[in-house]
Amino acid sequence: MAKLPNPEELSKIDYAPPSKGWMDTPTEFKPGMFCHGSKPKSLETLEFPNPREWRPADVDWKLPENWKQILLEGIADRLKKYRSFRLFMDICVRCGACADKCHFFIGTGDPKNMPVLRAELIRSVYRKEFTIAGKIFGKMAGARELTVDVLKEWWYYFFQCTECRRCSVFCPYGIDQAEITIIGRELLNLLGLNIEWIAGPAANCYMKGNHLGLEPHTIVGNLEYILDDIETVTGKKIKPTFNRKGAEILFVTPSGDLFADPGTYTAMGYLMLFEELGLDYTWSTYASEGGNFGFFTTNELAKRLNSKIYAEAKRLGVKYIIGGECGHMWRVIHQYMDTWNGPADFLEVPKSPITGTVFENAKASKMIHIAEFTADLMKNGKLKLDPSRNDHLKVTWHDSCNTARGMGILEEPRYVLKNVVNHFHEMPEDTIREKTFCCGSGSGLNASEDMDLRMKGGFPRANAVKFVHDHYGVNMLANICAIDRASLPPLMDYWVPGVKVAGLHELVANALIMKGEKERTTDLRGEPLPGKEQKEESA
Amino acid sequence: MAMVDVKGKSIEVDEDGFLANLDDWSMDVANYFAEVEGIDMSDQHWEVVNFLREYYKQYQIAPMIKILVKEIGKKLGPDKGNTKYLYELYPGGPAKQACKIAGLPKPTGCV
Repeated sequence: MAKLPNPEELSKIDYAPPSKGWMDTPTEFKPGMFCHGSKPKSLETLEFPNPREWRPADVDWKLPENWKQILLEGIADRLKKYRSFRLFMDICVRCGACADKCHFFIGTGDPKNMPVLRAELIRSVYRKEFTIAGKIFGKMAGARELTVDVLKEWWYYFFQCTECRRCSVFCPYGIDQAEITIIGRELLNLLGLNIEWIAGPAANCYMKGNHLGLEPHTIVGNLEYILDDIETVTGKKIKPTFNRKGAEILFVTPSGDLFADPGTYTAMGYLMLFEELGLDYTWSTYASEGGNFGFFTTNELAKRLNSKIYAEAKRLGVKYIIGGECGHMWRVIHQYMDTWNGPADFLEVPKSPITGTVFENAKASKMIHIAEFTADLMKNGKLKLDPSRNDHLKVTWHDSCNTARGMGILEEPRYVLKNVVNHFHEMPEDTIREKTFCCGSGSGLNASEDMDLRMKGGFPRANAVKFVHDHYGVNMLANICAIDRASLPPLMDYWVPGVKVAGLHELVANALIMKGEKERTTDLRGEPLPGKEQKEESA
Repeated sequence: MAMVDVKGKSIEVDEDGFLANLDDWSMDVANYFAEVEGIDMSDQHWEVVNFLREYYKQYQIAPMIKILVKEIGKKLGPDKGNTKYLYELYPGGPAKQACKIAGLPKPTGCV
């Protein structure tokens, strides 16, 4: 594995463009900037084409003989099927408004990471094969031949885009670069050219219900350890149910919350909140993944993986679904699910059993985000809270790309945060809300072999955190996304040491005063609570 | 796939140097990986590796750190049941280094 340069070296970014034009600048596969290729076993599980051993750095990618025909037919099919793709191939005027908005461009200085140029990689082939001007005038009309080198360039740069859509906020035409990357990755998957960090979890999810491949007894086992920790902190023994038919609500969260810190603290938060409410809900060991790495592969696979959540809701006979703190899950639910697997008319429009609030916004999907659910509880004064239990934390809020730009969850988590912490500081205006900067590892790029890429792509986010860390002493970066919880800790350790990462509901549960709980002396992580240390010693 | 030589036997490893086929694991293979990682295997090191292998057999995944910490605490005494101790044994991280020596694959997804 390539050795990661230190922050000082990595922050020397060269913005001088190469001497030759982009079409004449060959793609160099730099170690640390790309992920391992998909393994045959994962592709076989998913019944995807061309499963074989291959390495992205190798010259021979073991492509099928008619690879070009497959790709061109793939483009033609998608131009017919997706109006968005057809439109985005034609309408860009190359104004450059997007150019410096991409975290990967800011962090690398590589012009092919300008969203406009990333799109040109595929548009140039579209022009050559599908437009009269391109066919006649060739390079003069921005057209070029599809070659193996072009294919490799696509692979390198479509896996250097996190589909975060920050660029589309600034595009006067509203071109959605994520849609272009999504189609680019779909085309690559026709030839078996995925990355293993996406194909592996997607295959796990297809076979076992979640990205990690946690089997039912593992899910229950992991939760038991998490419940033990809750008992240590609160003195309360919680007994959640699994796969319970007739429960009012099905709860689905990313499997990362049931496996790795700090996600496990977020899971403690869900469990404690639901216990306090006496909520009639169940976990499922089958629909055990909120995330959808199929969405980073092909639309068809995303649809397949999404369907299991609704199939399980139907099987269990629940009224509706609450979804946990996941990012891209919500772009899928909010913007694609109804077309793919809807209408979910066997479910009811979500209605909070505690406040009576009807979530009209979830009329189609029948699934609400836990931040909406909790904000509504607080708005109606249904929770007893002691925000001073979070006084050892100075918190800032990272808007996850998909929840912020994908479904507009901007106010709810802030409202919740302000109810549970006393020290909250916003990062600079241009780096939050709709203009939030990506963690740099989204869309399945949170592997370990591409750390250079992740630290470069996460640089703008980290830089904004550093600002509030330096100015206000911020030491906690809160969010509602499992990829964030996995990828931001190493990003902070690298760029802004001293800042930790937490899911929203960890902070909620720290502050939540539960009926019959013992006096808390630690937070959910077992760290001593400010002002309570004395009691801990005498206990 | 790369091959490495362990006491005259050819063993397949993946891109990150992890064991490709779990069935290829042996004490020799573990000692080989430990040497690559610069770990001098003590009884305590073996406790961790043996626990990881036992756990994997039952659950088909490496245990979450929380579980590893608690179970090692039960085996080696409560003063050893903490993340700090595990990092002293495996400075490269128990999840990465100890799993590699135990022949377990790395967990994938939002982790």
